[in-house]
Amino acid sequence: MNRGPEYLLEALHVVKVFGTLRANDDVTLKVKPGEIHAFLGENGAGKSTLVKMIYGALQPTSGEFRWMGQPVTIANPAAARKLGIGMVFQHFSLFEALTVAENVALAMPGDFDMAKLSEKIARVSKEYGLPLAPTATVADLSVGERQRIEIVRCLLQEPKLLIMDEPTAVLTPQEADQLFVTLTRLAKEGCAVIYISHRLEEVKRLCHNVTILRHGKVVANVDPARENAASLAKLMVGGDIHVVRGNRKHAAGDVRLKLDRLSLDPDGPFAVELKEISLDVRAGEVVAIAGVAGNGQSEFFDAVSGERILHRDSMLQIDGKPMGRAGVNARRKAGAAFVPEERLGHGAVPAFSLSENVILTRHASDKSLIRSGLVQRGDASGISHRVIKDFDVRKGKPDPEARSLSGGNLQKFVIGRELDRKPGMLVVNQPTWGVDAGASATIRQAIIDLSRQGSAVLVISQDLDEIFEIADRIAVISRGQLSDAYPADKLTAEKTGLLMAGEHEIKEVRHAAGA
Amino acid sequence: MRLVLEKRAEQSVRMAILSPFIALALTVIAGGIIFALRGLNPFEALYVYFIEPLTQDWAREQLIVKAAPLILIGSGLAVCYTANVWNIGAEGQFVIGALLAGMIPVYFPAWQSPDVMVVMLALGIIGGMAWGAIPAFLKIRFSANEILTSLMLVYVAQYLFDWLVRGPWRDPQGFNFPKTVNFAGWQLLPKWGEIHMGALFALIASIVLAVVMWRMLKGFELRVLGSAPRAGRFAGFSSERATLFCFLLSGGLAGLAGASDVMGVSGQLQTPYAPNYGFVAIIVAFLGRLNPIGVIFAGLLLALSYIGGESAQVSLGISDKIAKVFQGILLFFILACDTLILYRIRIESGRAAQTRAAG
Repeated sequence: MNRGPEYLLEALHVVKVFGTLRANDDVTLKVKPGEIHAFLGENGAGKSTLVKMIYGALQPTSGEFRWMGQPVTIANPAAARKLGIGMVFQHFSLFEALTVAENVALAMPGDFDMAKLSEKIARVSKEYGLPLAPTATVADLSVGERQRIEIVRCLLQEPKLLIMDEPTAVLTPQEADQLFVTLTRLAKEGCAVIYISHRLEEVKRLCHNVTILRHGKVVANVDPARENAASLAKLMVGGDIHVVRGNRKHAAGDVRLKLDRLSLDPDGPFAVELKEISLDVRAGEVVAIAGVAGNGQSEFFDAVSGERILHRDSMLQIDGKPMGRAGVNARRKAGAAFVPEERLGHGAVPAFSLSENVILTRHASDKSLIRSGLVQRGDASGISHRVIKDFDVRKGKPDPEARSLSGGNLQKFVIGRELDRKPGMLVVNQPTWGVDAGASATIRQAIIDLSRQGSAVLVISQDLDEIFEIADRIAVISRGQLSDAYPADKLTAEKTGLLMAGEHEIKEVRHAAGA
Repeated sequence: MRLVLEKRAEQSVRMAILSPFIALALTVIAGGIIFALRGLNPFEALYVYFIEPLTQDWAREQLIVKAAPLILIGSGLAVCYTANVWNIGAEGQFVIGALLAGMIPVYFPAWQSPDVMVVMLALGIIGGMAWGAIPAFLKIRFSANEILTSLMLVYVAQYLFDWLVRGPWRDPQGFNFPKTVNFAGWQLLPKWGEIHMGALFALIASIVLAVVMWRMLKGFELRVLGSAPRAGRFAGFSSERATLFCFLLSGGLAGLAGASDVMGVSGQLQTPYAPNYGFVAIIVAFLGRLNPIGVIFAGLLLALSYIGGESAQVSLGISDKIAKVFQGILLFFILACDTLILYRIRIESGRAAQTRAAG
């Protein structure tokens, strides 16, 4: 059986640098024909950067790729497709108003015959257990069916390597099972699959080989059959997490924020449904919610902040007062403060000056800012100056537009704007995302200080190092379900990894299948 | 080879202020070329069109009469567009305002007291608001695109007007002309020369709206929602409420303009009634930089294009449709200038374009 080269794709000492960040650092890995090869890692581990280079969407800073033993430069995705590399993205690029066949035709190079193409789609999709009607309109299809179009679109070009970016994130368990059958069959026919995931169970069940990335480096290349979920989790999260502060007295006071079986329907095809989330945040403590991006964090933030109103008042209580149906300003008046993940366009209006951005979140809670409908610019500017001074916000002009500030400085401003109110309860989503080390330290310290003054603080973060640095208790969100909150010093890296992979999820479907 | 619009990293503040003036200069040049192509001396023609009206008293009064509805409607539209609400149907709201105001003299010709003037103006406002509320409701309830619905309702309004004035509301003593009875006494607006009270309404509306937009929380809310809707939701502002507010405001002002126009100028309803103020006010709003004070100047300028069209017809013997041509060219150049402030044009060579397309 030794026809041709042993490896289909090899990456040799590949480095990719963005500014000062080494997104991929000396990555070496090999993919055999017919192998399902998982890339496992947290957010920011470098999985996406790596596959984007393989698919020609990015170019490595140094190092090389070999394709069937020969060094290649993959200049762009068209070149990748020519080599036989196909990719199914997590978010699809389909035209909803067109039919399945028309969508496939759009991606085909050169001329095509619509009737023949439709027939081919029907045949290929049937062969691989991905039933699709070529004449169906995409708008009427489920997310799983839409993903099939993307897969079939790749299969029609007879790829030798198929890259799947977190394919099961948007699928129901049944759809995922069907996908695994297809992928296994493809692999048997000799097509290699690169499978990006952070779901350990799937990887164990499906993959022949696992490369684990952390902080841009390959930390291990293992055979999933010889590992268990716990050992994979430990490799993924890293053994280097330990509690930094040992002497934090955990003087938990009254419950200031209570979530009681909070549920929220998804509001779009890629949105996550929140299921029965319960959590207490007490005065004087920082509770952190860990989890891989896209598991419901932004929906959770919207639900807690009141940007999306909940079904029942009892689902969210602030200082014992049910406020699930109250809007964001009513919650602010009750003493809560919120900092969203996206600074520009959500936490701040990019084209507005900093003092106007003070009004944005404080017009309802600060009575002095609005008097008989008139905006008090002097007061707004006073608050703005205080925040700028207290949080050392560096800026070019006296009252610059929000968009002219650097990420770290704007984040200090956006967080400082809320802390300046001395809120009884603070909810922050990704407090130091994209922020330099100095600003991160300032922000984390400010968050801890606030909690020590008797406020309840809830932090949503994907950065485990950050979470273990600041949190008293940690819960993990996965597919819209929240685990119990564990004291930070009792939670091991292994346990965290398992929770991030969804250990606590209620597997209703499995039960149903067993019954 | 292909042209690509590329977003500029920085926008020049100076250019943003200069843009309407550049557009105006380009319009004058383009107009001169059009006159030359018609075999006229472009300088003389431009003089007749743009300068001569300003030298005569009656034309100066006409200028203000025509500017009043443009400013009234334009300042409302400026608020709408700032909030990212696209009311294109002010013409319809204007017509309905005129229609509702005209209803009183038709059914109660003998009603003569100061009340009747107030009632007629109020009905004009209510009519415009009601007509504007339809696209707002359709957008909020069914996510229907307000550009299409508000525009289509213009034609509905015009046909409704036409039917009523030709049919049930026609003046029985009007020798079968398609018009209503003449308004009389308190049913007409007070005038100073030719200038009626609508000019005062226009001035008040744009000053009040300028204060609302730049000093009040409501204006802050509308500017936030127009500039960053997600941040607006975070601030607790409702885009649905803002949509309704904008349509009611701009519809009400357009309705007031319609009522003032029939009560101050024609003194009756007559069909066809399509002064086009509602559409020209869109140009006014943009030329005035969506700033209610800027709208005052833009309104006067566009009013000049109407008067100029009339004097061009008289002195040069060309169709007064030339006014519409000028208005169209002006809007084209304003939008083009604004686009070039935000974007730069890059020419891609054949090869680069192909790789990009393939990628």
